[in-house]
Amino acid sequence: MSGYFAAMSSAEVLAELAEQNPDVVLLSQDFGPIGSFSARFPQRHFDLGISEQNLVGVAAGMAHAGKLPFVIAMAPFVSMRGFEQIRDDCAYNRNNVKLIAPFAGLEAGPWGATHHAQEDIALLRTIPGMTVLSPADPNESQRAVRAAATIDGPVYIRLGFLSPIDGYDAGFRVGAAVTLRAGTDVTIIATGSCVNTALMAHDVLKGSGIAAAVINMHTLKPLDRVAIEAAARGAGRIVTVEEHSIIGGLGGAVAEVIAELGMGRLTRVGIRDVFCTEVEPYPELLRIHGLDVAGVAAAVRAAVQ
Amino acid sequence: MSDPATIAALERRATALRRHILAPASTYFAHLGGAMSCADIMAALHFHFLRLDDAACAPGQGRDYFLMSKGHAVTALHACLVELGHVDAAELPLSGRSGSRLAGHPTKRAPRIEFATGSLGHALSVGIGIAMAEQLNRSAARTVVLLGDGELQEGTVWEAALSAPRFGLERLIAIVDYNRFQAGGSVDEVMPLEPLADKWRAFRWNVDEIDGHDMQAIVGALERVPAAKGPTVIIAHTVKGKGVPGVEGTGRAHYTMLTDDEVKRTLAALEDAE
Repeated sequence: MSGYFAAMSSAEVLAELAEQNPDVVLLSQDFGPIGSFSARFPQRHFDLGISEQNLVGVAAGMAHAGKLPFVIAMAPFVSMRGFEQIRDDCAYNRNNVKLIAPFAGLEAGPWGATHHAQEDIALLRTIPGMTVLSPADPNESQRAVRAAATIDGPVYIRLGFLSPIDGYDAGFRVGAAVTLRAGTDVTIIATGSCVNTALMAHDVLKGSGIAAAVINMHTLKPLDRVAIEAAARGAGRIVTVEEHSIIGGLGGAVAEVIAELGMGRLTRVGIRDVFCTEVEPYPELLRIHGLDVAGVAAAVRAAVQ
Repeated sequence: MSDPATIAALERRATALRRHILAPASTYFAHLGGAMSCADIMAALHFHFLRLDDAACAPGQGRDYFLMSKGHAVTALHACLVELGHVDAAELPLSGRSGSRLAGHPTKRAPRIEFATGSLGHALSVGIGIAMAEQLNRSAARTVVLLGDGELQEGTVWEAALSAPRFGLERLIAIVDYNRFQAGGSVDEVMPLEPLADKWRAFRWNVDEIDGHDMQAIVGALERVPAAKGPTVIIAHTVKGKGVPGVEGTGRAHYTMLTDDEVKRTLAALEDAE
């Protein structure tokens, strides 16, 4: 399911929240009607057009006046163009704005690197008071939206191209990583769309005798340091996997933790400080940049050797 | 039309604000000019127009909001807080200095600051959000955003300006403190804004253009809101550093420290004005 559809399906959760809480409002940018929310609450959905900075500033103002605004906006644009409004108007001024950001990572494929969000985790997690979520499948994205509604403070929910993970319905606790597979040779810590890829890589590696644990790091901030420390003390070898630059994102965050611990060995799988300019569909772009199952499995094999 | 006694009282209040605004620039460098230029506007807003306390409003009516988008003029806001009794006048000379709760821009460390600003071009969007929320609540709350003229060079101001009339927002008021100077020199030389009123009209705002040092004109413009459908902008023609002899109307007024002699002359001029 594309991040866009995950966002639209989140709108059903938002409609439910809006039913319970009259302060819930939805702001979006040029997406037209949002799921059933717009039809059910036409007075509470505002399309701000193509203007991420104004969109986030307006949302902050609505929160300041007591509303609970959810914003749906493209990840690359809202995280970069809207960054200062998120930092100053939402976080610094402590306004309760929830940002739902589809098109995270490389989902936009051949549209070009302007439409790839490969910096948003790095940017957003530097903001004091910010919560950064990156759910792994469509159902978890709905759980993340529900969780965001209960947090008092700004939240960024990163939505990439998410496929359903069979049988995955763990409760969503902000800041608590979920161990999906146990394994003693290496720990794969993945986030967002890459969790499913890591699970498939786990199966491939098992065939060649490598026992890889898989952790779903659905919260980038606050980071589950305990889970990372356990991985560093246990298998020792850690491979992070993310549809994001290897600089500053999940890999960067895990690197900070294990460097301070002084133990563990890290391999970062992600976009290797390049713009992904190949004119290719999304799955092929992932393959080229080592983010498909084979690429992740190869990186893990290299890490354990 | 307000009675002459009310206007005279507000003029005295503006003089009191200018005396407070002088304090930080007497001891150190401060953004003096843009605070002095909006002192009359600030007096009219905080001592006549705005109902900022819930207690001052009829039940369900909704209190008003004031956002200082031109955050560097913070001493004008701190001066109002002194006059309202929330801040001690003795704190002003030390504002922005080590240990003070009064920063160089509006922050939440100071009491009664509605919104922390500093980076220009933010608060019109925020004000629109507040006005939209209050419109949903069907409250009578009014939202006033004070903008600098140099600030209008930020693109976000125009994103916001474009969006406000789309949502109605009769109770949203933007005030432009058009003092003609920014940090790097005169606005007309750095990046001219004219024709400014036409720009706002083209963005579908009600436009009122006044002398920003004429108290009767300021109060009159505020009282004309809501004039018609949509938000209102008041373009207030002002003098940078107004009230500081030798400094007013010059580029130096933007950020400066005054000599003891300049402080004395300013205090004497303010006394004469009373």
